[in-house]
Amino acid sequence: MRKHQGTFSYAALLCAFASLCLGVSLHGQTKKQLGICADPENLPFSNRRLEGFENKIASLIASELGTTPRYVWWGQRVGFIRNTMNATLESARCDVVIGVPSGYDLVQPTKPYYRSTYVFVYRKGKGLQIKSLDDPILKKIKIGVHLLGDDYTNPPPVHELSKRGVVDNVVGFSTFYSAQNPPDAIINAVAAGKVDAAIVWGPAAGYFVARHRVPLEMVPIPSGKTDLPFAFDMALGVRKGDEALKSRLEQVLDRRQVEIQKILKDYGVPLLDSRKAVTK
Amino acid sequence: MKNWFLLLATTFTLSLFAVSCASTPSQPTDATAGAPLSPPKAEDKEWGMANKDYSASRYSSLNEINTETVKNLRVAWTFSTGVLRGHEGGPLVIGSTMYVHTPFPDLVYALDLTKEGAPVKWKYAPKQDPQVVAIACCDTVNRGLAYSNGTIFMNQLDTNTVALNAETGKEVWKVKQGDYRMGMTITSAPMVIKDKVISGISGGEFGVRGFVTANDVKTGKQVWRMYSTGPEEEVGFAGSMETWKGDEWKRGGGTTWGWYSYDPDLNLFYHGTGNPGSWNPDQRPGDNKWSMTIFARDPDTGKAKWAYQKTPHDRWDYDGINENVLVDLNVGGQMRKALVNFDRNGFSYTMDRTTGELLVAEPFVHVNWAKGVDLKTGKPIEVPEKQTSSTRNTKDICPSAMGGKNQQPVAYSPRTSLFYVPTNNLCMDYEGVEVKYQAGQPYVGAIVVSHPGPGGNRGEFIAWDASTGKKVWGIKENLAAWGGALATGGDVIFYGTMEGWLKGVHAKTGETLWKFKTPSGIIGNPMTYTGPDGKQYIAVLSGIGGWSGIGVAAEIGPEDPTAALGAIGAFADVGNFSNQGGVLTVFALP
Repeated sequence: MRKHQGTFSYAALLCAFASLCLGVSLHGQTKKQLGICADPENLPFSNRRLEGFENKIASLIASELGTTPRYVWWGQRVGFIRNTMNATLESARCDVVIGVPSGYDLVQPTKPYYRSTYVFVYRKGKGLQIKSLDDPILKKIKIGVHLLGDDYTNPPPVHELSKRGVVDNVVGFSTFYSAQNPPDAIINAVAAGKVDAAIVWGPAAGYFVARHRVPLEMVPIPSGKTDLPFAFDMALGVRKGDEALKSRLEQVLDRRQVEIQKILKDYGVPLLDSRKAVTK
Repeated sequence: MKNWFLLLATTFTLSLFAVSCASTPSQPTDATAGAPLSPPKAEDKEWGMANKDYSASRYSSLNEINTETVKNLRVAWTFSTGVLRGHEGGPLVIGSTMYVHTPFPDLVYALDLTKEGAPVKWKYAPKQDPQVVAIACCDTVNRGLAYSNGTIFMNQLDTNTVALNAETGKEVWKVKQGDYRMGMTITSAPMVIKDKVISGISGGEFGVRGFVTANDVKTGKQVWRMYSTGPEEEVGFAGSMETWKGDEWKRGGGTTWGWYSYDPDLNLFYHGTGNPGSWNPDQRPGDNKWSMTIFARDPDTGKAKWAYQKTPHDRWDYDGINENVLVDLNVGGQMRKALVNFDRNGFSYTMDRTTGELLVAEPFVHVNWAKGVDLKTGKPIEVPEKQTSSTRNTKDICPSAMGGKNQQPVAYSPRTSLFYVPTNNLCMDYEGVEVKYQAGQPYVGAIVVSHPGPGGNRGEFIAWDASTGKKVWGIKENLAAWGGALATGGDVIFYGTMEGWLKGVHAKTGETLWKFKTPSGIIGNPMTYTGPDGKQYIAVLSGIGGWSGIGVAAEIGPEDPTAALGAIGAFADVGNFSNQGGVLTVFALP
């Protein structure tokens, strides 16, 4: 071990242990911060610079609880929950994931606070008018899709495309976000004509479509009778068994519903009525 | 790339009733006498490669510790690595120095064996972006080091290959093989062949296109790189392009996260490739070559002499990256330069390593996804009901995606002509609809529900005759057998269990002659060497993956509460046997 150099801050040493610093605000109050599990680089959802709509919602919820967010950053991939909400070290844990699908069973979801859907994205004024997966044009044009999850787990509309024999003309886009592969790559590909259309989860599509100079159409994809669902209720997620926090958060969702909906709209999230699916 | 991480994404459904974990050989024989001990080979004082030698035999002729003396084996010294995550692989011994590696942060320690208690000569702690674990997602394990001519080589999680001065631990060179932010990592041990160090890549789930790379041992400069999928000039072998639709070969998977072996006479090295890229099988029609393949490559050019695909158009995640052991075997009355591979898909392949001719292909665990392998075409005879689909619940597929055997390497003893194989006895259901999310996006995905195979034990350590494709004996293990094997000239076979036992068993009968409970579960590979004091030592890393006791239990959450109870109960049970913590335990006779 290296010898001490210069001054030595005892407080800094203490603060190296996160748990000891929790909630020690400038005013000396000791209110526990709200631990938020979030992806450090995944707009429009969240990023380290707190620019995503989930960051805004986290701040809103924390303020309603009289505290501030404390972020635990981790890529939203295999191992996300295990390494954040369920981390071995208590000091490394967080308590809330801002956006999980209602049926997501690695956490305890609250009641849903918004519902969105997978959408088609294509350029306006190029003669395309895709309204469903049964449109015969889908066999002829190039379609961009996101690759998600582990093997065999593409987005649901992509599974249904392959059931309809649309296979050869589908192009995959990685969800490993990086400088070389930004989250809006799939939308940029549509705008640049590299693909004719794309199938994208609504919140991601809405944000980038609204910010693109090229006029783009965004159309919800209806599920056929035997199809998988394409629309999902989204909820907050807490640790399994944390009923107390779940119920506090559900009260916050009720009280701040208007502001939350405004944040979602500001970010261009296509919102559906929670009770309805898009069907045809 | 998957082994541990698959477990994370996998829901263990375990039977609540007690399973037998007794170390009872299933087929004891009387042939315990064995051949007389022969003098050990001088070079076996050292353990110079991850799997001992170029043929990946994991056999040492040392025999001071033998079937008579092993009962007196006891701990000589121990060493804590200071790292908690899963410890795969094992140390090297060169001269009187032992080189011990750890999982991320990928530390290397040089221990001085000439001094009492083996103090640290140097410690190497690489600077890796702390984000690599969070971003790279998958395994943080490391399977070991390579040594050549005063230099230690190591692959790191952030895809750097480094050369270290073996005397000082100073970095000589460092070369980045890929971008971890694109899902690439390296977990495998490199191998030095002549003036080149050969490395692979992990990350098949994320559409990484697998490759092997040769770097100059002196400078680190890349000499060649060959891909698993794509045009002939980039693969070093024809036949890939026509087995993919469109340009899907570009994210074709076929990563190379396993072991290497090398035949200097044929000047061919052998490696496997993993599952095809992240893609619904319906979206990637075709055989998807050369995923799930054994390659025989020329180390000078990287070009392949032959390639054999074990599982065409994979639907089960049977990564074909397990080690290829090179031995000369009598097959059907004829001596063959053989290659033996125990694949995740449950079949053991005995091949002619000169030509790639398939000689024997028999199941070494319970297999029901295929009826067998057609020796003429090399293709599995698939069972249609056991093909997985994203929208159908396919029940009871054996083996599970974790494989009949995972990366834990086998050993071969020339004294018995038998292979010693740690196996998993796990089957799986592919469930249809389950909402997941990644990168903020919900998806409906197949989930894998694993459960013990026939008999209820989750693993078995077996002896296998690769000339005929027959099991000789087996020791049932309660948990999956996740540690590698070691064969010795003393006819004692060593292997570790997930509970933390290191066992010494009789090479001929499977009788347990000795065992010791190490501080944590063993997923590493035991090795042996002669110390500067002239005594034979056995060493093994213990340190179970963080998932087993706490992590995985925390991620388990099947909708069925009965199943949840079952799973939680099962992992509480693992936690009782073992907790995290990397420790090297070294044994010797008194």
